[in-house]
Amino acid sequence: MSYVPIKGGKEAIKQAARMLEILRCSDEENLPLQTKTIKSQLGALHSVVLSEGGLYDEDLVSLAIKQSRGDSLEAAYYLRAYRSTRPRLGTTKVLETSSMRLIRRISSAFKDIPGGQMLGPTTDYIQRLFNFALHDETKQEFDDVVSSWVKQPDSSAAIPDSYPKVMDFLRDEGLLPPFQIRDNEVFDITREPLVHPLPRNAQLALMARADTGGLLALAYSNMRGYGDVHPTIAELRVGYLPVIAKHPVTGEDIEIGEVLITECEVVASHQIDPDSGQVYLSTGYGACFGHNETKAICMAILDRSLDNGRRHGVTHPSEDPEFLLNHIDSIDSMGFAIHYKMPHYVTFESDLDRARETQKQQEKS
Amino acid sequence: MANKVLEVNNVKKVYGSECPDCLQSTGPEHASNICPSCGSIVALGGVSFDLHANECLGIVGESGSGKSTLVKSLYFDQSVTSGKAWFTDQQGERIDLFAQHAAQQRWLRNNRLGMVYQNPHIGLNFDFTVGGNIAERLLMGGSRNYAKIRSSVQSYLEKVEIPLARMDDMPADFSGGMQQRVQIAKALVTKPSLLFLDEVTTGLDLSVQARILDLILQLRYDLDVAMIVVTHDLGVVRLLADRTIVMKNGQVVEGGLTDQVLHDPQHKYTQRLISSEL
Amino acid sequence: MRHSLTQQDHFGFIDEYAKREVRRATLKAICIPGYQVPYSSREMPMGRGFGTGGLQLTLSMIGPTDTLKVIDQGSDESVNAENIKGFVQQVCSGVHVTNKATEASIVQTRHRIPEAPMSEGQILVFQVPYPDSLVVVEASESKRRVMHSEADYAKLWVKLYEDIVRYGEITISHRYPTEIHGGYVIDPSPIPRYDTARLHQSPVIHLFGAGREKKIYAVPPYTDAKPLAFEDHAFRVESFLDQDGEQASCSVCGAKGVYFDEHYTDDGVVQYKCSDTDFCLQNLTNQKNGQ
Repeated sequence: MSYVPIKGGKEAIKQAARMLEILRCSDEENLPLQTKTIKSQLGALHSVVLSEGGLYDEDLVSLAIKQSRGDSLEAAYYLRAYRSTRPRLGTTKVLETSSMRLIRRISSAFKDIPGGQMLGPTTDYIQRLFNFALHDETKQEFDDVVSSWVKQPDSSAAIPDSYPKVMDFLRDEGLLPPFQIRDNEVFDITREPLVHPLPRNAQLALMARADTGGLLALAYSNMRGYGDVHPTIAELRVGYLPVIAKHPVTGEDIEIGEVLITECEVVASHQIDPDSGQVYLSTGYGACFGHNETKAICMAILDRSLDNGRRHGVTHPSEDPEFLLNHIDSIDSMGFAIHYKMPHYVTFESDLDRARETQKQQEKS
Repeated sequence: MANKVLEVNNVKKVYGSECPDCLQSTGPEHASNICPSCGSIVALGGVSFDLHANECLGIVGESGSGKSTLVKSLYFDQSVTSGKAWFTDQQGERIDLFAQHAAQQRWLRNNRLGMVYQNPHIGLNFDFTVGGNIAERLLMGGSRNYAKIRSSVQSYLEKVEIPLARMDDMPADFSGGMQQRVQIAKALVTKPSLLFLDEVTTGLDLSVQARILDLILQLRYDLDVAMIVVTHDLGVVRLLADRTIVMKNGQVVEGGLTDQVLHDPQHKYTQRLISSEL
Repeated sequence: MRHSLTQQDHFGFIDEYAKREVRRATLKAICIPGYQVPYSSREMPMGRGFGTGGLQLTLSMIGPTDTLKVIDQGSDESVNAENIKGFVQQVCSGVHVTNKATEASIVQTRHRIPEAPMSEGQILVFQVPYPDSLVVVEASESKRRVMHSEADYAKLWVKLYEDIVRYGEITISHRYPTEIHGGYVIDPSPIPRYDTARLHQSPVIHLFGAGREKKIYAVPPYTDAKPLAFEDHAFRVESFLDQDGEQASCSVCGAKGVYFDEHYTDDGVVQYKCSDTDFCLQNLTNQKNGQ
């Protein structure tokens, strides 16, 4: 009698990892992908991983994308796992997004906004037609695109340091409730247990690093009729936000760097504020790392839908904080979906036992 | 004189900030139950009554009179702003209803009280079978013998005249009248000493209404249970209630033996109510 | 170099604050048997669902003098067990690994309890996909928390009742709801009913870690663990019968009355093998040595 246990697991894992590496390095040109190139030429993918990984480190994001061969879920996972090894050293001040260095800013609420609309880099109005020339783009052609732009005479007038927020105009007019910046301790979703009901800042944090597709699906359900949000984008802005923190020794506020973020503020139907009895427009807020406009818009819509659920009771999935917030994390959901590939011999044996026993009982009766 | 099952004393329920004027400026002699000074809604403006063992008390009034709020408070579906309700159970223990914590409330709902709602979707769990719904109350009370649970469920289904062959069907497959019968069986299976009936026949066909009322009347004589019947239908209290109180804008306008209230109403509101009914 | 070449420079991978949080949650879980303690749950370098909850428990308490056994489906050498074991060895230098349940100070497991009797002082860490026994009857966690706090398990009991109504049997195969010391009803992780029965009054510390659902709970040593059952419909463990309807035995070591994997021979005959591979090997070795 021979014994054949499930031996060789260790060796199998090693070989599987090796196969992945072989796939990654099987390149006709035999040129390894440069991580710098990922950030510059695959900027959209870079932004997705930056936001879902929830860790602002542009180089590590590029590395994660390279190592995972462009799988955005896997790449975000590398960042999350890396973060688990790092203690939290402090928190930043509340950052004022009016101080952003903008690359893009639009409002669909007003034609003329103080500071002006700035279309910036956007795919919104391009035609999705192939540019077949890109197949064989030469280094010269590639270089010309930027250099011809740089050589242009500088036509831009003096660019202001900051742009006012569209929401502030509505607020000044009394259409939005007044608010105060509360520089109190925020709920850190990576360090505190998530027990519902969660404060709004925790809800926003969860959405900020959520899976873009998951947010889109749920926000879309709300737009299509499983909900009541008919949003108007008061302002969508993309740019670099200075990060201010307290100096650990001197205690002074210092700028420790800047982060690329996308911010979206929506206004929706008016309602009566229960505290003051005043009528205000309802609002929603979205912001995330990177240039991710779809995500920021969806987040703002879902922030508003959660608020609606809080005020008037939950009538749609996108208004239910437990339903929404527990199902949008790509690391949780993807991990659980793929775990079904692991062996389930023991539980299936137990299932078979119950199925056979139930069959017997049915035959008896 | 029979023992008191329930003593309700000056129960108030106010939605809003509540000001000193609230009680004086709302109630039966006023236009509504909204306080003109502070805008608070006075759902219950100091309600008091007693209920004796085996007695059936009717509470009538139009919608917004507070009658449903009253029984829902006594069954812990809602909280009250102030006031007392003393409940005396079969063992003679006197319980301060509004001083109970959540687990005690749940225990009382399960073991001492019963409720039949107008809407069967509140009273029944539509994911469970009819038998499972009734069994749930026994299981909550700690019964752990399958055969005994089955036979209790059967005997109560018989009492409410539901064919045993339908015991394991889902509530959604039952008619509205049958769903109310299931709710009644579910409420009674734990042998409560106090049963609340909140508009249980409202919305049903007249012939179905009559049969449900007959059933309740029959159960009253068969079982040792006191009842509070909330309804806007004077015909229901005429048939079921020994005594009746009339409510308007969160307060009691008058009360007494049902026959007396219906045939010799003292308050002009009751008089109007009866004349419009006739 | 901006980043150190390895992330594995810190003993136990996760930072010390995270370890302390897990240990505090663990102590609370032991003090309140069966209560699910929420914790923040860090992302691990392997997938959620692959044992990240168990792994955080193991990493939070393991030290260089510990001896670790990792099993998946009862096997020390299945891919997931090897993966976890390899990772712990990589990030916890000095830790010994073993296949012997009796030698290990910590056993991390998915879906099984080792057959060999374990003793006081040993810790069994379970990997948990669904920590809440009530999830089958109530989807909202907020509502489930209230139900647990009031020991309101009637809906779960109705499920058992309706199982008997429909099938004449309780159909729950694994993850069998189990009442801990007369209080909370736990989901004992996807162990078979055979193992669920073995939680009762065991001398071992049982810790349950759900990484994705971010909960830790425990069955402390010498604690009652009572699978839910009716007085007249007893809890029954899996039965393994051979073709003659007799108690089956392991086709390798001949053991009876243990938990088996079944497989079909090339002739289509069902055969059984011990699910616990190390237990089976020990039996074989003992037989060879003529014991």
